[in-house]
Amino acid sequence: MRITCPICGERDRREFTYQGDAVALRRPAVDDMPEDWDAYLHLRDNPAGVTRDLWYHEAGCAAWLVVTRDTVTHAVLDADLVSRHPGGAA
Amino acid sequence: MRFSGLRVFKEGSTGNRGWAPHWRDPAPKSDYDIIIIGGGGHGLSTAYYLAREHGLTNVAVLEKGYIGGGNVGRNTTIVRANYFLQGNSEFYSHSLKLWEGLEDDLNYNVMHSQRGLINLFHSDGQRDAFARRGNAMINQGDDAVLLDREGVRKYLPYLDFDNTRFPIFGGLLHPRGGTARHDAVAWGYARGADQRGVDLIQNCEVTGIDIENGVVKGVQTTRGAIRAKKVGIVVAGRSGQVAAMAGMRLPIESHVLQAFVTEGVKPVIDHVVSFGMGHFYISQSDKGGLVFGGDLDFYASYASRGNLPMVEHVMEAGMTLMPMIGKARVLRSWGGIMDMTPDGSPIIDKTHIDGLYLDCGWCYGGFKAVPGSGFSFAHLIATDGHHAPAARFRLDRFRTGRGLMDEEGTGSQHNLH
Amino acid sequence: MRLGKGGQIDRSQRIGFSFDGHRYEGFAGDTLASALLAHDIRLVARSFKYHRPRGVLTAGSEEPNALVTVGRGGTQEPNIRATVLELSEGLAARSQNAWPSLEMDLLAMNDLAAPFLAAGFYYKTFMWPRAFWERVYEPLIRRAAGLGALSGQSNTDRYERAFAYCDLLVIGAGPAGLMAAQVAARSGADVILCDEDTRTGGRLNAETFEVDGKPGSDWAALVTAELAAMPNVRIMTRTTVTGAYDQGTFAALEKLAPEVAARPNTPREAFWRIVARRAVLAAGALERPVAFQNNDRPGVMMAGSVRAYVNRWAVSPGRAVTVFGNHDGAHRTAADLMAAGVHVAALIDSRPDAVTDLDVPFYKGAQVCDAQGRKGLESISIATTSGIEKMRTDCLAMSGGWNPTVHLTCHMNGRPTWNADLASFVPTPDAVPGLVAAGACNGTMSTHGCLAEGARIAAAALGDLGFKVPDMALPQAEDAPYAIAPLWAVPGKGRAWLDFQNDVTVKDIKQAAIENFRSVEHMKRYTTQGMATDQGKNSNVAALAVLADATGRGIPETGTTTFRPPYSPVSIAAMGAGAQGAGFAPQRFTTSHAASVAAGAPVVEAGLWYRPSYFPRKGETTWRQSCDREVTMVRNAVGICDVSTLGKIDIKGPGAGALLDFVYTNMFSTLPVGRVRYGLMLREDGHVMDDGTTARLGPDHFVMTTTTAAAGAVMRHLEFVHQGLRPDLDVSQCSVTEHWAQFAVAGPKSRDLLNGLLDAPVDDARLPFMACGDVAVQGIAARLFRISFSGEQAYEIAIPARYGDSLFRLLIARAEALGGGGYGMEALNVLRIEKGFLTHAEMDGRTTAFDLGLERMISARKDCIGKAAAARPGLVDPDRPQLVGIKPIGAVKQLTAGAHLFEKDAEVTRENSQGHVTSVGFSPTLGVFLGLAFLKQGRARHGEVVRLVDHLRGIETLCEVSDPVFFDPDGGRARG
Repeated sequence: MRITCPICGERDRREFTYQGDAVALRRPAVDDMPEDWDAYLHLRDNPAGVTRDLWYHEAGCAAWLVVTRDTVTHAVLDADLVSRHPGGAA
Repeated sequence: MRFSGLRVFKEGSTGNRGWAPHWRDPAPKSDYDIIIIGGGGHGLSTAYYLAREHGLTNVAVLEKGYIGGGNVGRNTTIVRANYFLQGNSEFYSHSLKLWEGLEDDLNYNVMHSQRGLINLFHSDGQRDAFARRGNAMINQGDDAVLLDREGVRKYLPYLDFDNTRFPIFGGLLHPRGGTARHDAVAWGYARGADQRGVDLIQNCEVTGIDIENGVVKGVQTTRGAIRAKKVGIVVAGRSGQVAAMAGMRLPIESHVLQAFVTEGVKPVIDHVVSFGMGHFYISQSDKGGLVFGGDLDFYASYASRGNLPMVEHVMEAGMTLMPMIGKARVLRSWGGIMDMTPDGSPIIDKTHIDGLYLDCGWCYGGFKAVPGSGFSFAHLIATDGHHAPAARFRLDRFRTGRGLMDEEGTGSQHNLH
Repeated sequence: MRLGKGGQIDRSQRIGFSFDGHRYEGFAGDTLASALLAHDIRLVARSFKYHRPRGVLTAGSEEPNALVTVGRGGTQEPNIRATVLELSEGLAARSQNAWPSLEMDLLAMNDLAAPFLAAGFYYKTFMWPRAFWERVYEPLIRRAAGLGALSGQSNTDRYERAFAYCDLLVIGAGPAGLMAAQVAARSGADVILCDEDTRTGGRLNAETFEVDGKPGSDWAALVTAELAAMPNVRIMTRTTVTGAYDQGTFAALEKLAPEVAARPNTPREAFWRIVARRAVLAAGALERPVAFQNNDRPGVMMAGSVRAYVNRWAVSPGRAVTVFGNHDGAHRTAADLMAAGVHVAALIDSRPDAVTDLDVPFYKGAQVCDAQGRKGLESISIATTSGIEKMRTDCLAMSGGWNPTVHLTCHMNGRPTWNADLASFVPTPDAVPGLVAAGACNGTMSTHGCLAEGARIAAAALGDLGFKVPDMALPQAEDAPYAIAPLWAVPGKGRAWLDFQNDVTVKDIKQAAIENFRSVEHMKRYTTQGMATDQGKNSNVAALAVLADATGRGIPETGTTTFRPPYSPVSIAAMGAGAQGAGFAPQRFTTSHAASVAAGAPVVEAGLWYRPSYFPRKGETTWRQSCDREVTMVRNAVGICDVSTLGKIDIKGPGAGALLDFVYTNMFSTLPVGRVRYGLMLREDGHVMDDGTTARLGPDHFVMTTTTAAAGAVMRHLEFVHQGLRPDLDVSQCSVTEHWAQFAVAGPKSRDLLNGLLDAPVDDARLPFMACGDVAVQGIAARLFRISFSGEQAYEIAIPARYGDSLFRLLIARAEALGGGGYGMEALNVLRIEKGFLTHAEMDGRTTAFDLGLERMISARKDCIGKAAAARPGLVDPDRPQLVGIKPIGAVKQLTAGAHLFEKDAEVTRENSQGHVTSVGFSPTLGVFLGLAFLKQGRARHGEVVRLVDHLRGIETLCEVSDPVFFDPDGGRARG
């Protein structure tokens, strides 16, 4: 599997560390409801199809990326810096 | 038809013409008391125990493909009860007891073989963590033995004791751990459920769940609508999609776990060996293949296949631990889809919808749970009460933080368990 | 029998080899199979289940029968296909899965018991008596099963892994692949051409076809020579592409030629990861057998393989050969044999309308229905319209048609498409992104068709990549139609083999269908059809056809099982090359490593690092003696410990304070410059992630320390929090763990030691407890932190790593002069237990700040990572186990980590377990074992007596619960 880092170019999956759904960028406020925090920390859409998830270019430039991928075909559709998606915006 | 050596002899003597189907292929009825969605190991064992333990036989198992085609048909066949946290301890202990009577119970040889499982450790800290685990296993009434380095050498003389990257300090032996013939487990339960009147309906995909006023009424399928008073979802790998039909969002992320088998070789590995530092575990099948696996590929996936980095990592682990397997050739690799939960432990619970029940989140440990999960899920569906050994597998534990069972200690990141 | 002339062997190079101890000679270019056939050796193996005598079936890697073992001890390799084993001088091959000998195999009695060993019999028996499964039945089954044997000794051969990149990967160097590679090469693209064979040419080497007016193999050699001379082409023979993975990644196994692998420091095999922008699959096709009674006899072979042995190796597998097929191509076998002067006893074609102009006894509309000769074919029975005819023959060349080698197109879950004209599956387009099939693997069966398709498909792929493709004329070649009428199984009684190795017969498939294993996956798993070492390459399609017939469905509706990587088996040693021994993971060494080892310190793994366990001195015979002495030394004088393995993260920028406030539970933005603070870090789920000290070196400059274990995770976390959650902060962070060597100087004489070393002395006024500052050692700028993990007055001095070794030696020398010395991990652990300080034994990923008694460290004045989740009711439940200290008060004075705690008189059960012991150590300071433990409601139970039970080590004792800080609870010593 290969991912194109917007800073470094196309690299092998070995250089990246996966974290999970890009929902992690939409952090609730500290006093939001327990249900909001439950949704943030635990619940997932977990689509069989296109998803947006977080990858860290750990053996590269240390950029955190939002990668748009297909979980069924493993096609990588896009990879962008998380800083361009404040609050997890698509 | 009862299976036995005598029956094999009789049929063999008469040209093997007398064998009958192991299960029927009934057309779905329009109405059942209970529908189980998912004809994998857990779904089939649920149906079996509904019939055997609770006398409920107006039951259908709906399977979109062929029965036993999910993770029960693509795992590394390990059966163990070596957990240390409350909840897991009692559940897997119960499940192992069911395994130990399974052949008699099902009249089907699932080849459950208690060859012993050894978890290796490589530092004082790991030894102490395994001691905690082993003591918990004994407190639960199960078995565990702490082996030092020489103790491990006695059991596993072929490990590289001199050069391996993480020297072997010792191991935790779980004598009752072992393996079973995975497909046979599904078939044995299927046959047992079928014989008791359960309808096993293959090639029948559920496309919707009918709910009225918060009460489940039945399901829509590719073979038409089927009414039911109760519906159980047991579809590891697709739990999120099916639960979404009932408007639920689950604490699950799906991940691919690869496994490998080599060409057959003469017996060389007698036990199940687990190498934590390398995320590597291995056993040898009765047919002679070395069956082994490692960690998740680590990215969300429904592809049932993985990629090379984890393939190579698993092989590397094998080579540093037991370089005598180097000349064995990998014959086949495959991937299963794992329901990964935020604490690495499963869910057997009711839902907010009356009559809709959920059994999911088995991560990569579902095979050994097949008997226990079916038993406990059947109990929940039949009685609407939690079966004691599975009473902690609650859906709301993540929201409340009560009763989390994080054996790995890696927290709410789904793929790290 | 070796033919007098012809073949692509070098008759001038004789090669001696042995099989089962008998010595033979072959020629350079031979495989073990061709050399054995040249010596008329037909019995070479035994089948898996019935131990039936077996001979060579094929001439390729798909061989299911002729598996042998080579080598001894660390080089012993089982299950090698004799058909692809290159002959080399001294090669000693032996048969396997037979006892006592290949000729006389006792387990062949299984064959007599075959009626009782039908498909799935083991699921129905061996259940009584219950205890017999593990004790009797299973051991017997295991011993009988398996094929060849591993030696049980560590591998001693060398293997390698490598990466390669190209524009176009061409898989297979037959006519289609060679054309594709030539087009791509001439277009200027980077090309990798792989073929599993030792030479390029594919079927051209096995057939007598002409290409461009010359023998096909000559044409292949010419094209290969052109390609080999081009800098943009890499030709990789002996290289099997074994798997297709995501984004154009392919796995390939290269086997080095025996004479190359025999050189020193040269690998036997190399496992390649090839990244290709586009790929052409030109893998050809595999011929399939026909199922008839006893079709597994040695001497029954694939027709195309017989041609290969005759044409390429100048070997005739028989002296009176019969040919049996269902398509025109099979007739070529008779023609080639006759041209080579071999007697052809008959040509049998199952098609009633078949014609031939060959001068042989010709049976059309007839089928071979039985074969006789237990250890070698003697005769066959032919079912003709007029009855059964028996014919003497020592070799039957059979062909049921060809199956395109679609495997790689299925590796990403693609399913092949049924083509009724070819009676085979062909690749489904786009099943693997970027990979297109050409030639026989795409169902194009003539040489001309293969050449044309190879050229066309390569041109299209290169066009996509923007290369300009030159016009090229196609070479002339045969373009005969592939006229086939499907024939899967010849009707009749008796056992007709499908899967030769696993002994699966037509009857087994039918029985599976009767027992309702009608799904193709059920059939496979129930009968083991297709699960042998060839993964069904020889048998799957015919088995499907038989299943389709038995279940009244068509083949497309029946479907196929899934082809998965690898295409052909790959050794674990190749895929895991480099990891044997220490190569599995990087080894990280501190700058003091050499000095510690020189001082006799045993080193232990700490993650990837190595750290000294203790520094033994003269007269000390156990680690405990050294540890006790080192602890006492730190408490009374001064000790030196390398703490460089702790993570160090430099954090700079105006937003540094705010970032730290967000990742730590407590405040750091208020920390004055020149001060250090202990910080607690949570995961977002509210559990403790890590702890450590962070120093403020300047208004916008902090340096954070993490635990050794969590260094990587904390770095990743900081980057995530910054980039993902707080991109507004102007801050950057960088791991400097390896840039600084850092040493603890701990003990009442620590300041005395430093003041003899530092260029300017320090005092409590300038550097009080939890302060930091710049210092210099012989002019080298260093950092000094007044922090303590021992509870003593202590410092940590950090110096650029290149001075680490030197500084460590200086520190040790000065410490020894003051009555101290170095201390290792054991003493470090005891010192921190005496003080109740934490490690990951306590912060095990399940504990909370509340459990550790640190809930007051969660600042109420701000949000931080983990704060909301840490407030979940389950995480602050008073019933949770809390950190306590324990001391033994019973007769047994030893404590063990991993023991569980119970109320004094409670029954020892899981339900009654009240907690567990995390860390223990003998305190020479207090003269007693001390332990840290988690105990339910522990903070309220100080003074209570509980029972410690460690079943595993046989330890049971009573303990008194206490505060976890055993020594100097008010911390006066550290403040000094």
